[in-house]
Amino acid sequence: MSQITALQPQTEVRPFRIDIPEEALVDLRNRIEATRWPTKELVTDRSQGVQLATTQALASYWTTDYDWRKCEARLNALPQFTTVIDGVEIHFIHVRSEHENALPLIMTHGWPGSVIELLETVGPLTDPTAHGGSAEDAFHLVMPSLPGYGFSGEPTELGWDSGRVGRAWAGLMKRLGYDRYVAQGGDVGALVTDLMARQAVEGLAGIHVNLLTAVLAIGDRLPKESEQERTAAEAFAVFKQSGFGYFLEMATRPETIGYAMLDSPIALAAWMLDHDTDSYNKIARAFVDGKPTGNLTRETIVDNITLYWLTGTGASAARSYWEDGRALAAALASGQPPPPVSVPVGFTTFPDEIWASPRSWVEAVYPGLAYFNAAEKGGHFAAWEEPQLFTSELRSAFKSLR
Amino acid sequence: MTQTTGTQTGSKDEIRPFKVNISDEALADLKRRVAATNWPDREQVADASQGVQLETMKKLAAYWTKEYDWRKIEAKLNSYPNFITNIDGLDIHFIHVKSKNPNALPVIITHGWPGSIIEQLKVIGPLTDPVAFGGKVEDSFDVVIPSLPGYGFSGKPTAPGWNPVSIAKAWATLMQRLGYTKYVAQGGDWGNAISEVMALQQPAGLLGIHTNMAATVPPDISKALAAGGPQPAGLSADEKRAWDQLDDFFKNGLGYALEMNNRPQTLYAIADSPVGLAAWMIDHDIRSYQMIARSFDGKPEGLTRDDILDNVTLYWVTNTAISSARLYWDTAHKLPPGGFFDVRGIKIPVAVSAFREEIYQAPKSWAEKAYPKLIFYNSHEKGTHFAAWEQPDAFVSDLREAFRSLR
Repeated sequence: MSQITALQPQTEVRPFRIDIPEEALVDLRNRIEATRWPTKELVTDRSQGVQLATTQALASYWTTDYDWRKCEARLNALPQFTTVIDGVEIHFIHVRSEHENALPLIMTHGWPGSVIELLETVGPLTDPTAHGGSAEDAFHLVMPSLPGYGFSGEPTELGWDSGRVGRAWAGLMKRLGYDRYVAQGGDVGALVTDLMARQAVEGLAGIHVNLLTAVLAIGDRLPKESEQERTAAEAFAVFKQSGFGYFLEMATRPETIGYAMLDSPIALAAWMLDHDTDSYNKIARAFVDGKPTGNLTRETIVDNITLYWLTGTGASAARSYWEDGRALAAALASGQPPPPVSVPVGFTTFPDEIWASPRSWVEAVYPGLAYFNAAEKGGHFAAWEEPQLFTSELRSAFKSLR
Repeated sequence: MTQTTGTQTGSKDEIRPFKVNISDEALADLKRRVAATNWPDREQVADASQGVQLETMKKLAAYWTKEYDWRKIEAKLNSYPNFITNIDGLDIHFIHVKSKNPNALPVIITHGWPGSIIEQLKVIGPLTDPVAFGGKVEDSFDVVIPSLPGYGFSGKPTAPGWNPVSIAKAWATLMQRLGYTKYVAQGGDWGNAISEVMALQQPAGLLGIHTNMAATVPPDISKALAAGGPQPAGLSADEKRAWDQLDDFFKNGLGYALEMNNRPQTLYAIADSPVGLAAWMIDHDIRSYQMIARSFDGKPEGLTRDDILDNVTLYWVTNTAISSARLYWDTAHKLPPGGFFDVRGIKIPVAVSAFREEIYQAPKSWAEKAYPKLIFYNSHEKGTHFAAWEQPDAFVSDLREAFRSLR
């Protein structure tokens, strides 16, 4: 009997609702209002980092017009759950389509993102007939928060690299009763999804990714013949040269930058905003010029930052880079190529991605690529920025796997 | 008449006395912020491999709010003659202590990041008044200790262009303005870069330099390090150790520098959060971090808890965390590429002190190749990145011996 009760909570899936105490919201506002600002950057562009006008516009919006309760209500309107997998409590949104033959899909966010990146795709993916699609495009959607991110627990032990997250996701899908499903991700989510495929986790029928994470390991060895290849190679070189600071700091010293991310809302916001040039410029325009790009609005941007703040996950999220950095170093040191992917792979290149990977690069990483498309618009946060376009890519990519 | 007063007190070469006087309000605000720190969870490892450890930071914060007294270091700073003068449009703060010995050798000593003039205070007495500190009158120095542009009590540049090249020129101007026609320069970290660039510029009167973070890495080694290895064959034991130190630093310790090279303005963290600032500053290089952490564990070696917090508090109360970080950006963006530790091609006399736990301990063999006029080389078993601050006796003794031949 004691055995049964001891075993039961290990697989239990519990409903979850967000209810942030008012006190935490007041403290957040007080801290933003008490921000001590640096002097203005010495340049007229973002080349020295997140510009003072942007952070001050963000701070002003955050303390006056912004309302976390709307975001909370939006999240709570979706079925949310937690369950313990491999010792860590995993938070996830789980929306079942009303269409019986819907394809189960586990979709993973990245850094500095969260489930908030993906919210606008929930309707189109699960209820296609109400969003310009047909019943055959329906997905049952599972959107977990990565360990250490958002409402998931923080790993207290080492070893939670993206490969282990991928295995946990397979455990989650099994626990939810899905024995055949597909996976999707961008950014860290792309790495998790890629590694689910390389580990051939049970039930995985195919993947779609919108960032070619392998470039980080083998970018220097990819072809640079065509114009597209040269452009991508240059973009990757620029990233390594000038855009890699946050990455290296989080991969080597996550706790050091963590102090400020937990203690200063503006520190957190600036660190998160300074991800890649394109998304930074789009976000800065939303705040400074009042011109949002797609769904990258002031409100959704601050929703995402506030989620990190309220859950106090700046440091724990950064640690995922430390774990992946170690895993990558070990993989490179082994001299062994990663295991091949045997399930069908779909890839969408968004033009404003950090390195917009040409088809040849994607095929070099995924021989036998099943689906490829270069989208017309959209950047690093494709699902967030262009949810309709993103949804249509997923429908096309997974059509043959139904 | 206005013209006369203009040249008297408003001349652009004017040197104005300066006193440090931080308001009670600023100090109370700092304590309030430290006490209200919102902490992350503990790191998942038992060492510093994920960054500054929570226990160290909590001890630091407790000491900062409960025992630490800024007024002590303020009084100490004010016990020295402090000045400000405007050079190339920017207010430069400096301490200037003249020896009683009229034949003293003038030396301009430059701090680095995450340092300040506080690094150099312990050596002022022994350098200016050697007889009172077990030295000989012939070893006297006049010392000039400036705050780098954007650092401490110097002005914050409002336009790009302040980097080792322009700072080196400004230092020559400063020494000239102080009436020195023959002098030497000294530095570690950025202070080394600036002293070495001065040595390249060879301003009138500069006789030689002393460095405690010599840039001696040969081109082939630098290239191999940048590629992430492998280690070239044929290195001596000292060279192998230097390689390992540099390789570790480039792989695991360069995050802060890369961020400041590229995105100093993104670090709102270190302007708004005192604990964020302290963590960022003490996580400079692994050996100095460990030395500092041991100090907060009650085992001070080179630096006391007060030393460390004097320096962090100086950055906080002057709100110079980001303006100081911009030196990295300016150097990375406005000067030709070149590694911080790469040989620069200096032709004038150079003296080197190599401390064992510096980011890398420059081997004598590399120093000999890097500096054709190497007039002094000494290695030390103890000491990390902050030689003058941690090991003032060894530092002073080296400076006396190093510059004897140039007097």
